[in-house]
Amino acid sequence: MNNGSEMRRIVTAWVIVSVIGDLLWWFLVGPHVPPGNMTTSAHWNQFDFNILAITALPVVFMVWIWLGYAVVKWRDKPGVPEPLGGEAAKASRGVQVGWITITSTVVIAAAIYGTVALIGDHGSGGGEGPNPVWAPPGAIAANTAALAGKATWSPTGNQPLVVQVIAQQWKFTYRYPAFGGMETDRLVLPVKTVVVFDVTSLDVIHDFWAYQLSVKADANPGVNNVAFANTQQTGQFMVRCDELCGIWHGAMYNSGRVLSKTAFMAWATKTEAQNAQNTAFLPPFAWTYTPDANGASGGLYPDGNVTPYSPYDVYGAKQPAS
Amino acid sequence: MTISAERPTEATAGTATPAGPRKGSSWTNRPGWMSQHLGTAIVLGFLGYLFGHWWGNYMASSYTYIANNGQNGVADFLGLLCMVIGWLLGIGALNYPILKLFGREPGEEAPAPGLSRYFRYTLDHKVVGMQYVVGVLLFLFTGGLLAMAIRTELLNPTVHIFNPGTYIEIVSEHGTIMMMMATSIVVGPLGNYLVPLMIGSRRMAFPRIEAFSFWIFSAGYLVIFSALFYGGFPTGWTGYAPLQNQAGPGMISYLFGFAVIGIGMMSAGFNILVTIVNYRAPGMTWSRVPMFVWSILATASLLTLATPVLFTAGLFGLLDHLVLTSFYVNEHGGSSYLWENLFWFFGHPEVYIMALPGFGIVAEIVPVFTRKPLFAYKVAAAGMMGVALLSFFVWQHHLFQSGINPDMRPLFMLTTELISIPTGFIYLVGMGSLYRGKMRLEVPMLFCLALYFNFLIGGITGVFLSDVPVNVTVHGSFFVLSHFHYTIMGGLVFAFMAGLYYWLPKMTGRMMNKKLGLWHFWTMFVFFNLTFFPMFIIGILGQPRRVFEYAHNLQGLNDFSSISAFCLGASFLLFFWNLMYSMIINPKKAPANPWESLGLEWQTANPVPLYNFERIPVIVTEPYRYSEPGAPAYADFGGGSAAGASTIGSSVQE
Repeated sequence: MNNGSEMRRIVTAWVIVSVIGDLLWWFLVGPHVPPGNMTTSAHWNQFDFNILAITALPVVFMVWIWLGYAVVKWRDKPGVPEPLGGEAAKASRGVQVGWITITSTVVIAAAIYGTVALIGDHGSGGGEGPNPVWAPPGAIAANTAALAGKATWSPTGNQPLVVQVIAQQWKFTYRYPAFGGMETDRLVLPVKTVVVFDVTSLDVIHDFWAYQLSVKADANPGVNNVAFANTQQTGQFMVRCDELCGIWHGAMYNSGRVLSKTAFMAWATKTEAQNAQNTAFLPPFAWTYTPDANGASGGLYPDGNVTPYSPYDVYGAKQPAS
Repeated sequence: MTISAERPTEATAGTATPAGPRKGSSWTNRPGWMSQHLGTAIVLGFLGYLFGHWWGNYMASSYTYIANNGQNGVADFLGLLCMVIGWLLGIGALNYPILKLFGREPGEEAPAPGLSRYFRYTLDHKVVGMQYVVGVLLFLFTGGLLAMAIRTELLNPTVHIFNPGTYIEIVSEHGTIMMMMATSIVVGPLGNYLVPLMIGSRRMAFPRIEAFSFWIFSAGYLVIFSALFYGGFPTGWTGYAPLQNQAGPGMISYLFGFAVIGIGMMSAGFNILVTIVNYRAPGMTWSRVPMFVWSILATASLLTLATPVLFTAGLFGLLDHLVLTSFYVNEHGGSSYLWENLFWFFGHPEVYIMALPGFGIVAEIVPVFTRKPLFAYKVAAAGMMGVALLSFFVWQHHLFQSGINPDMRPLFMLTTELISIPTGFIYLVGMGSLYRGKMRLEVPMLFCLALYFNFLIGGITGVFLSDVPVNVTVHGSFFVLSHFHYTIMGGLVFAFMAGLYYWLPKMTGRMMNKKLGLWHFWTMFVFFNLTFFPMFIIGILGQPRRVFEYAHNLQGLNDFSSISAFCLGASFLLFFWNLMYSMIINPKKAPANPWESLGLEWQTANPVPLYNFERIPVIVTEPYRYSEPGAPAYADFGGGSAAGASTIGSSVQE
């Protein structure tokens, strides 16, 4: 068999397998790839995954088919001609330049596509640090207003909802500055709403991973890590800590819900009233909280004070009228 | 002319290793018990630990913070420090510098004869290579047992075998031990043994530093292992602060362990780098250097340049722990991002320290078994150096979701994806070398093919991880875990196995049993893939790394993965059995050149004489000129050399 027909067989097999593989992926697997469609970023991240998958599959098949063909045909058995040596075996310039050009093009195209997807979807749900640059309209203004104590949200308007995620060993709690700064241990969100997550930690580094929302942001002590989501569907979602944070890291999870706007408003108003007494103890809403003098991260303030500080000493919270 | 020719070329192996006691020889190579060897190292290491611990207690017990929390980290640290110093004193690693310090000349340092040289501070690179073989296998075995424990715990999502503290201790210890092992698994045993043989040198540039690198590597094993007795550390191998600051004394073993291993990595890298640059035989221009040596050169550069950052980061962590500085303490003006950046600035080149030697092994071995020249030699060398260079510019992709400057993310996405280009070179070279070859499917070749299969999956999933939008889902999940096991275990460990099966006949003069080797290969290949491929799916379905509880619907996949992992563990037992059987129980003498290689390392006598080559070879042509009738031999050994080396190469052509 001459070179030409051998290469033709390999390329034909590769094209057929790749087309079948890509079609199967796109239509059978792709729609089920997590994280789903609960937010716009979940949707686009799924799309992005599938784009990468149908780019990657032909590359994988190319190497596998080549390896398989080599093992079957180009092995030491009777009838296989001696390999070529010397000049005849040298890599031609065309092959080398072609390979480098094609791989470079694919790689740079992937990087450009990833950048467009990242910027176009306002950071894709990833933590953008304290100073986000790719934000949905109005989100940064809403976040600044929340710090000034002027956060509002109503089911009729289109304002973004600011939610603070406070991680600590080994629990997430959530503050809603638009609802009197209440802090709850469950994350409830309204649908069709831009949500601004201000993620911070009280002790070590955690990672807030709202799986179906496609939001992931490290919770760093003393740092506000901002991420955005635009909810599209109601339903339950899972929240897990995704950064090793000590022995109970594996048990640091809970679930949250996306509700209709009116149901969310009802939940929020009710919870705000229920929690009002506790909320009075909390420090004012801020983007970060310094661990208290008792040493939230294990005694970092060894000032010799053996009596634990009370919340009144630490936060300056008002004593409730007895 | 190179420095390696400093010995008279007529020296023969016989005269270089006189038997019996030698007058004026140094303590490290005196025969008998009254000398320095592994036993004295253990004794002095133990005494050093006791002394250091006493010293720390004597000195620091009254410090306010120690008196308050009842944990004397200073004592733990000084115990470990003095243990390492005692270990090095005991083995004799410090004899030479101490004598020089006092202006005295050390005695004769030629290696002691016989088996005992493997238990001593021996300056022969071949002995150091063999010591490393045992050392890294011990590391690998320890880490592997811990992996079995992890998979056992994950058999059930809610019923636990270990308590969470023990589990995280096991996970952290597994990761750290395996990472430390993987930095040296090829550079240590094969790099030290083979580089001088492959470049036609009689020795390494700095034999004392080379021996030192092994003995400090083994001290590092003791230090990191000691964490288990201190209650472990909860941070995984990444050691993130402030969890690091919060952790107990096991963290000191981690930080000091990495510092100790780091010294070993730096010294090994430095020595090999200088050796390759300066000790190549006459005629070995850069375009005639064997591909394995290129890969070790790239790796040694990374070891030399990246490890100091790790060492410094560990030092900062120790200071935070022991003298209450606040490098990583946010509230006191430090930054936990500092650790993340320092760690990954080392950590990403580290990843390629664990990939490049594998590329080198396959590039070296594949032409031998396909009987073809290496396809696109220059592209292969450029690929390795390109990967090494780019690896310094990608580290922040580990921090995509950490809250770094958001506009840094496209940049690091680009640099990370660019690294696929030089990695692709390695595939061009591999696939091209298979093209119309005459492949001999021996055990080493099978392991090489498996590397191409596995690393492809590991590499492609790396592109998914580097894409920031997709990274939001897969970061920190089992997807990442599977990705790096595919590159490090599927790549490097498979390549190491290829290297062992291929070069052990040279290193020991004994063939590995082929039948057992085939069993080992197929079980390892199949169960490796069955263990780790499901983890990609587990990760995409939402299971974070390092957890002991997971969603009920993932139990099926986890159990499948665990059972495969046990079978994978069993395949390593097959390997150990093969090693015992072929090397000790039923050794079969290896032919001088069992694979009919043209490589220089196969052309010295067997066993390799102390000074490797009776005459320094002159390299006359490119390597890998297989299937080229009439091609000159790779090296000219001068007329009538005892090994008849120059004729082996040409006889292979026929």
